Amino acid sequence: MEEINKDIPTDEPVAETSVNTVPADVNPDIQATGEVPAPKKKKKKKKKLPPKVIVVENLGVRFRIQEQKVDSLKEYFVRLVKRKLNYKEFWALREVNLSIRKGDRVGILGLNGAGKSTLLKCIAGVLKPTEGSVTVKGNIVPLLELGAGFDKDYTGAENIFFYGSMLGYSKAFIKERFNEIVEFSELGSFINVPVKNYSSGMKARLGFSIATIVEPEILILDEVLSVGDAKFRKKSAKKLTKMMKKGVTVLFVSHSSSQVLENCNKAIILEHGHVIASGKAEKICAQYEEMIGVKDTD
Amino acid sequence: MKDFIYNLKKFRFLFWELVKKDIKLKYRSSVLGVFWTLLEPLLTMIVLTLVFSNLLGKGDDNFPVYILCGRLLYSFFSNGTKVALKSVRKHGSMIGKVYVPKYMYPLSAVVSNYIMFIISLVVLAGVMIFEQVKITVYLLQAFIPMIIILIMTMGVGLILATFDVFFRDLEYLWTVFLMLIMYTCAIFYKVDNLKTAANEMIFKCNPLYSVISMFRDAVFGRSIMDNSYNLWFSLCFSLGVFLIGILVFWRKQDKFILYV
Repeated sequence: MEEINKDIPTDEPVAETSVNTVPADVNPDIQATGEVPAPKKKKKKKKKLPPKVIVVENLGVRFRIQEQKVDSLKEYFVRLVKRKLNYKEFWALREVNLSIRKGDRVGILGLNGAGKSTLLKCIAGVLKPTEGSVTVKGNIVPLLELGAGFDKDYTGAENIFFYGSMLGYSKAFIKERFNEIVEFSELGSFINVPVKNYSSGMKARLGFSIATIVEPEILILDEVLSVGDAKFRKKSAKKLTKMMKKGVTVLFVSHSSSQVLENCNKAIILEHGHVIASGKAEKICAQYEEMIGVKDTD
Repeated sequence: MKDFIYNLKKFRFLFWELVKKDIKLKYRSSVLGVFWTLLEPLLTMIVLTLVFSNLLGKGDDNFPVYILCGRLLYSFFSNGTKVALKSVRKHGSMIGKVYVPKYMYPLSAVVSNYIMFIISLVVLAGVMIFEQVKITVYLLQAFIPMIIILIMTMGVGLILATFDVFFRDLEYLWTVFLMLIMYTCAIFYKVDNLKTAANEMIFKCNPLYSVISMFRDAVFGRSIMDNSYNLWFSLCFSLGVFLIGILVFWRKQDKFILYV
């Protein structure tokens, strides 16, 4: 158990890196691993742990859902003046505390709507949290669903440059790795065909090849491992394992506990925007299965 | 601020990729390709000259050049703002997934239209030679209105892109508004022909008209300082609108993801 370093909010100063203005009135109930924080802390100190690369503190994301549909501009202004714009508040994430160390492979489990993707969006920096803070050290590469971000009128080759630039790679870097990307994607002469004529498998292969060409420090996998045909799936899994071995930190979102068990060493369970459990993958996966099982029989 | 510069450096290449993509894809499936950038204003100029000079009997010898000046600048403004308006929503799926500085989208849209505008100036040069317009030192002043219009289009584009995320109606409203701007820009008629106090007010209120008339002054060999109102008004307007654009965009950009 000593390996668990998804932080149970102890008195240990978590935020050596983050500039957090939110008072640390964290709720110890959230991380219901059922462990007493104190002895764990001692054990932690004995082992030299790798540095924290992602620190999430007291994270909350609130969405506002309009209760009545305001469908005309006039009505909108009338309501605005009368201050009658009613919103239903909805917290997609609330009081989430996490800290992930370098080289961790963390599976994020949860049912639909538990807040998995919202959490990833916050970590990726595309969604500003309503409260709390997210501190990330190192570059993040998100592996997105089947070729999102490609321009369909562009050829594969042009898309390599375009998509690469989206991920923040430089031109020289992409040029240097161009052949490697084409080779890995196994597209051959199709590389000069517009992406709109690609099959979904081809798109996915190209997307995967571009995103993994750089050695990211943090890799976000949002249910993408089921990509391409069996052969490519094996190849991509191999590449991912290779990357993981090099100490890449991985965040892996899934509904399936078996996938998490296969790929991750740590896991957390999200439910209704709260982290209800965190710890070693085996234990958490078992807990998750139990959770789903209970729900099934209900 | 430090982050801003770091990101600017990191995503510099993306900016040019976005610009390149707009230009490349615009004419991709057409036979003549980029030549349309030249051909289109030329053909429009011929049509407008035929209608307004020959049929309606207005205008003088240099009328084609006069029309072309107005037409080129106006169409840059109109295309630039229209593309910028849609740019954030167009890239909505990426905004939700990868972090990219969002101002890249409207600004790259404007810049790619600006490059096409610069290319189309070749037509103007050709027509000027054909019509034997005297080329003077004053032509060098042309870069002043060209810079002003770029700043103005960026500013307006940023504002439009921001509000379009929240109010989709804007796209249609803006098309109508652009029509209003076009007719008060004196593209295909001469202002002198309809000078009354009320009319003059309309032209004075239109910053784009100021830019166009400065550009015409430069082309026809007059100093733009002869009518310095044009310079100061359009300069102040574009800087103002640019600042407002940055401010509005900056303050609202975190909310884009919730609406796109």
